Amino acid sequence: MMEKEPLNIIITGVGGQGNVLLSQLVGKVLVRGGFHVTIGETYGASQRGGAVMSHLRVSRQMQYGPLIGEGQADVIVGLEPIETLRVLAQYGNADVTVITNSRPVFPAAVSSGGAKYPTADEIASAMAGLSARSWVVDATDIALELGPPILANVVMMGTLVGSGILPVGAEAFETELRESLPAGRDGSSADRLAMNLEAFRRGMAAVAP
Amino acid sequence: MANLATFEEGTRQLLMGNEAIARGALEAGIGFAAAYPGNPSSEIIGSLADVARDAGIYVEWSVNEKVALEAAAAAAFSGVRSLVAMKHNGLNVVLDYLMGLALTGTKAGIVLVTCDDPGALSSTEEEDSRIVAKWANLPLLEPGTFQEEKDMTRWAYELSEEMKSVVLIRGVTRTSHARGDVEIGERLPPARDARFAPSNPVEFTSVPAPFKHMLANRKMERVREIFESSPFNRYEGPVKPDLLIVTSGSGWFYALEAVRALELEKSVGILKLATTWPLPEKLVREHLSRAAEVLVVEEIDPFLEGNLKELVGEDPAGVGPVRFYGKRSGHIPAFGEINPDIVTAALARILGIEYRAVEPDYSQKALALTSPFTHGRIVGFCAGCPHRATFWSIKNALKLDGRDGFVSGDIGCYSMAVGPAGYFQVKTMQAMGSGTGMACGFGKLAEFGFTQPVLTVCGDSTFYHATIPAIISGIYNRADFTLLILDNSATAMTGFQPHPGTGRSATGENTPTVDIAMICRALGVRVEETDPFDLQGTTEKVLDLMRDKGVRVLIVKRECALVRARKEKPAFKMRVDSERCLGESCGCSRLCVRVFQCPALTWDVSQGVAGIDEVLCAGCGVCADICPAGAIIREPAE
Repeated sequence: MMEKEPLNIIITGVGGQGNVLLSQLVGKVLVRGGFHVTIGETYGASQRGGAVMSHLRVSRQMQYGPLIGEGQADVIVGLEPIETLRVLAQYGNADVTVITNSRPVFPAAVSSGGAKYPTADEIASAMAGLSARSWVVDATDIALELGPPILANVVMMGTLVGSGILPVGAEAFETELRESLPAGRDGSSADRLAMNLEAFRRGMAAVAP
Repeated sequence: MANLATFEEGTRQLLMGNEAIARGALEAGIGFAAAYPGNPSSEIIGSLADVARDAGIYVEWSVNEKVALEAAAAAAFSGVRSLVAMKHNGLNVVLDYLMGLALTGTKAGIVLVTCDDPGALSSTEEEDSRIVAKWANLPLLEPGTFQEEKDMTRWAYELSEEMKSVVLIRGVTRTSHARGDVEIGERLPPARDARFAPSNPVEFTSVPAPFKHMLANRKMERVREIFESSPFNRYEGPVKPDLLIVTSGSGWFYALEAVRALELEKSVGILKLATTWPLPEKLVREHLSRAAEVLVVEEIDPFLEGNLKELVGEDPAGVGPVRFYGKRSGHIPAFGEINPDIVTAALARILGIEYRAVEPDYSQKALALTSPFTHGRIVGFCAGCPHRATFWSIKNALKLDGRDGFVSGDIGCYSMAVGPAGYFQVKTMQAMGSGTGMACGFGKLAEFGFTQPVLTVCGDSTFYHATIPAIISGIYNRADFTLLILDNSATAMTGFQPHPGTGRSATGENTPTVDIAMICRALGVRVEETDPFDLQGTTEKVLDLMRDKGVRVLIVKRECALVRARKEKPAFKMRVDSERCLGESCGCSRLCVRVFQCPALTWDVSQGVAGIDEVLCAGCGVCADICPAGAIIREPAE
């Protein structure tokens, strides 16, 4: 599909969650599909713990700038619930699709016991109230079943593809995973590929109608 | 898989802006690339280092930006095209050499890329590098698209050789740290006939200076003529626009989207300038003469705006009356970064158009549903970071010492110690190595009644970059201070690049290790070493050194937690014994999560006890030593 020109995707999370890698993978697949892609990355200083955000602009016709205007997102994918809400409030609109990982990374205000983290219900209802379609996915839990927690980003890539909003299908993403995680001489990288493919498919399934 | 050096000609690749610049330099046949890392520029030389072998080029991380430029100029003087890249702070460091090089000129092409950071997203200051082009008489290019970043870099080498001049390319965070699809071009091989052969005794000097200055001025007139017909400058819009936007660099995309968002394609034109010093005067005058109102869209300072006004001032009758809008009029902010919303709002305000990007109902609802939860995130030290432990010990040592001692610091991950991450311990922070230079001054104030002990910190990479001269000056002048060298064996802030102490070159070869302790001992000062994870031992050493005289050095050595995590499993498995954690009744007032603030420590509000986030915990074990109740348990990891 893709009736929207350009298609504006925002991927957000906390430093160290693999946000940039995820946006790069999605971007690569779309360039291969013949689209113009621009990715603007906001990650500031390279330490972990800060808010991270990637803006992806996808177009058949031309290259767009690296920043999406306020209220102009078509899809928001969040690796962390508070970051999803933060981006939704600034870039969302009544037609937006929003998908978040359920696993919190507590901001200092919460982990020090001074502020409250939203409950699962509060997250889900804020998302539902501010979007056309929304999903909360236990991506980190799925990742931990399969391997390391960082794999949550591939699960979330699966949810983005599964939501059906991208102009390329699952096959192109699986091809990209196969090529970027080639089987090595030892068995370990083959396991890594299988693990990533499984994470991607579990993500797809999590948003299946 | 194909890489930056081996991508096939004609294919489209998703490249980071910095990679596009690197590819452009490869296509131009560079042989030599050097830099000191600094974001948002680090990936230019970093990506070349990764493919140096495939490309058949030499790439180095130099000790600092000035040496990088000097080394690159040597290559260019010898007939090898060279590239040097830096962030805006780096340009400050190279200025002394650059001014001389600007008068000297070059033989083979040499391009200096400077990446500014509007909004200081990964910097401690924001500044506009473009002024240097005007100051030093150097051609300045500002690519506006990813394709241009590659193509203009390639072209910059032809220009550099034709004019025998260094060419500056200015990028910003939003062009450097962004990715876009780029069509790959043909790659020229590097020169293999390097030879330093001056044609006259002063060819590669800046003297006689007035004569060379006159030549440089003349060169710029010729550059101006070349720029008049550059295809990278273009105009989009009606022949006679009601309003003309003049923009460069990242402003191009923002201006384009603003015009489209307001549906002004028929009345507003955009002059996109990619060659911004010297300005192509004829082209600019022609466009200015067709519009009565002009909005200038650019990042950081009103550089372009000022230069346009200068042109109008030289020929007011020829251009006709023009009203300028931009940073001087307040329509575009003169600090921080710009974005499409800012440009759209400026355009709407000038033309009196009502425009709302977001429905007010939606905004209100969004605020109500999310603002109770969207707590800010403070950027801090990673879980397992040695700096957290170091500043914990510094804080305790200063308190135990009781003479109101303090820490002067500089730029690196440890700069975060000006904030809660490092318990507000670092009190000055300006430039690479500046903490030690300042300690040289603080440490000489005794005769003015100054009695506070002076501590200063620098990182390992900063030690080589800019701290050594300050240590020598302090020894020579008998200053009193203690320097803590926070050696985490990496240039961590900018992406873990190797440096002279790591024994590894930019391209992965083994190199001699320049040992920090040996250098300091050779200087004749007292040198102690400590493991920051040993809180008590480090605190005692800091206290002891503070009570000594002269220049003293404490090397605080532990590998960066992120680098270590790539190689090793965590040393400990941490857990909280919920029986022993006394919670709010302890009297520690949640010391671990409120003050120590490792991101892996959490507070369970319902149980009123501390906990460990296993996903985040790096297993360093330090928190076990800060809990007054001994409730944080360190167990050997399996």
